[in-house]
Amino acid sequence: MNALNVVLLVVFPYVAVIVCVFGVAYRYRRRGFSVSSLSSQFLERRQLFWGSVPFHVGILVVLFVHALAILFPGVVVTWARDPVRLLVLEVTEYVFGMSVLVGLGFLIFRRLANPRIRAVTSGMDIAVQLVLLTQVALGLWIALDFRWGYTWFAAVLAPYLWSLVQLSPETAAVFALPVTIKLHIIGAFTLVFLVPFTRLVHFVVAPLHYLVRPYQQVIWNWDRKAIRDPNTPWSRTRPVNN
Amino acid sequence: MSATSPKDVRSQIAMVFHLDKCIGCHTCSIACKNIWTDRKGAEYMWWNNVETKPGTGYPGKWENQDIYRGGWEVTADGVRLKGAGKPKSLTNIFHSPHLPVIDDYYEPFTYKYLDLIESAAGDDQPTARPISMITGQPMDIKMGPNWDDDLSGSPDYARQDPNLERLSPGEREAMFQLERMAFFYLPRICNHCLNPACVASCPSGAIYKRGEDGIVLINQDVCRGWRMCVTACPYKKTYYNWSTGKSEKCILCYPRIESGQAPACMHSCVGRIRYLGVMLYDAAQIEAVASAPEAEVVQRQMDMLLDPFDPAVIAAAQANGVADSTIDAAQKSPVYKFVKQWHLALPLHPEFRTLPMLFYVPPLLPVMATVSQVDRGEQSRQINPVGKHWPDTWLYDTTTKELFGTIDDARFPLEYMARLFSAGDSAAIAGCLKKLMAVRLHRRRETVGDVAADTVATALADTGLTPQLAEAIYYLTSLAKFDDRFVIPAAHREQATELLEFTGDVRGATGFGFKAGSAKRGA
Repeated sequence: MNALNVVLLVVFPYVAVIVCVFGVAYRYRRRGFSVSSLSSQFLERRQLFWGSVPFHVGILVVLFVHALAILFPGVVVTWARDPVRLLVLEVTEYVFGMSVLVGLGFLIFRRLANPRIRAVTSGMDIAVQLVLLTQVALGLWIALDFRWGYTWFAAVLAPYLWSLVQLSPETAAVFALPVTIKLHIIGAFTLVFLVPFTRLVHFVVAPLHYLVRPYQQVIWNWDRKAIRDPNTPWSRTRPVNN
Repeated sequence: MSATSPKDVRSQIAMVFHLDKCIGCHTCSIACKNIWTDRKGAEYMWWNNVETKPGTGYPGKWENQDIYRGGWEVTADGVRLKGAGKPKSLTNIFHSPHLPVIDDYYEPFTYKYLDLIESAAGDDQPTARPISMITGQPMDIKMGPNWDDDLSGSPDYARQDPNLERLSPGEREAMFQLERMAFFYLPRICNHCLNPACVASCPSGAIYKRGEDGIVLINQDVCRGWRMCVTACPYKKTYYNWSTGKSEKCILCYPRIESGQAPACMHSCVGRIRYLGVMLYDAAQIEAVASAPEAEVVQRQMDMLLDPFDPAVIAAAQANGVADSTIDAAQKSPVYKFVKQWHLALPLHPEFRTLPMLFYVPPLLPVMATVSQVDRGEQSRQINPVGKHWPDTWLYDTTTKELFGTIDDARFPLEYMARLFSAGDSAAIAGCLKKLMAVRLHRRRETVGDVAADTVATALADTGLTPQLAEAIYYLTSLAKFDDRFVIPAAHREQATELLEFTGDVRGATGFGFKAGSAKRGA
């Protein structure tokens, strides 16, 4: 039992993160053409709205709050000491978690029921959806069954994750957790593991840089002024895009 | 020529399509399809398509930006993308509300041809059922490429044309009376705009305009399928490949252009309606022109195109790195002649404010021809009575008694043409058409001689033409050879290569195409 715990809660997280980092780097650099959101809105627009929007908005909020709790466990625990705040935090997380579940439900139904969408569905798409579904269901179950997660999270899970980061795993507390929570942890690292092999890779290329770039882009194949400058006939100017 | 000296002179490969010459044969579309879009996910794409006008076009009603939200609009803060931009391209990323779906184009299909030869013997002849090229399942074909071809007057297509909105119901009815009905063809490719909405809308920054020739391209390795360009392009000339999850568009056959060949659609054009050449323009004016009031947009766009013979323009172009061969091509450009010298060509839907660089010579024929009822009894009696008689009493007449009477009193409302080509300015359209008519009168006198000399002189003078100019227009319209229609500057890739590598390095280096030094043996 302990060996299985070690494999799944210590070895697997490291494997998942390493595979994710190197896999994404390889895919981005060498298989750039395959990095796409693979949007299927062009084939089906109406059902997608009820799936994609609740799913994405929900998961962004849920991941953000999870990230807060992992990165600043002390702050979150102190802030949530007040029962009302704790309640607000838990309810918010639960509502957005439900939003993810409902959206995902629509997406899975759409993917299976619409023949056009089935035509652009790969096995990995289904795999990702099933893992996500399990993960979200587990998360919602944990929120009900092991309530007030923002109080025990800081004491149990955040130290475990930080110990993994510091390469000195502290596992005692985690190994003692109920199976539901362990599965949620394993599910999370499974998703990390899957990123380079699936459409999940699209979140890595989220186009936030759009906000800071100028609207129009002109690319010159060569430095148009240097080419005519008689003083540097053998210029070393190297265009960035070639 | 220009009052202020140009600040940032760039060159652009621009085009002119002469609509009077288009016969609607779709050869251009097929040439393009065979080379570029005969692939999975791209079957429905027609980077080049030919539409019947009046008609809804492809995709359906693409000109109606209340539906598709393409192009730019002027707001209090200046010119803004209508359906995309910051932050809309990001907030709409999970579900883009104005994106067309494949049914707005058509679902691509093929037929189960093998059933014709492989079906088991039976009482009935086997049939080749249509199957969807997306799902592979049998389907009912509801729409296909050029579904509305030649369907002027039809309630589902011609009468749904968004450009008819400004016409009165009476004018519309007059257009679509069966015996008076007219239409013309509108071939469309990417306009390779100076202010491209697709580039501005792309969250990934995958779309760019090439500095050297102004061709707008999508980097397929950088495109992530956020599909904002499809919404943003008011001409719907970026297409989403549903199989690869990337957007694609007309590349103006840049591999052909770089090697001095005309793009495939232009090369194959049966009516020889297409012209391609260099235009020099002042890039510093782009934003100001795109923000101009709607009535001024066309004229301002014409003004930002520069005279390649003006020494100040040449100097500014050279200073900006435009090659001498490109300036030379700009001076010989047929596009410059049609657009700037003769004022015969106008951009399509300039009110979208993308500053398109594909110009159209508006069609004269459906506008000026009149149809009237005549008594053909005499003619019918002269025809062999056993063979046939002439029951039709309608006369399609392209001659004119008053000089420009038929244009001012056009059976094809100028207002309609103005919605297409001049942001509603009927006078601009009338100006083009009168010039075309004057050239016709001039040539009629030359070849047939039944038009009075003073009539021709008046017509030419009224439109600001001389016999020499009329001859030049006639030549480029009717006689122009391949090299007159396509003036393509050298791409100067050889100079680009020199800049890629320090050529001093090459001597003594090993191999070809890389610069590794030779191995030091024993070192």
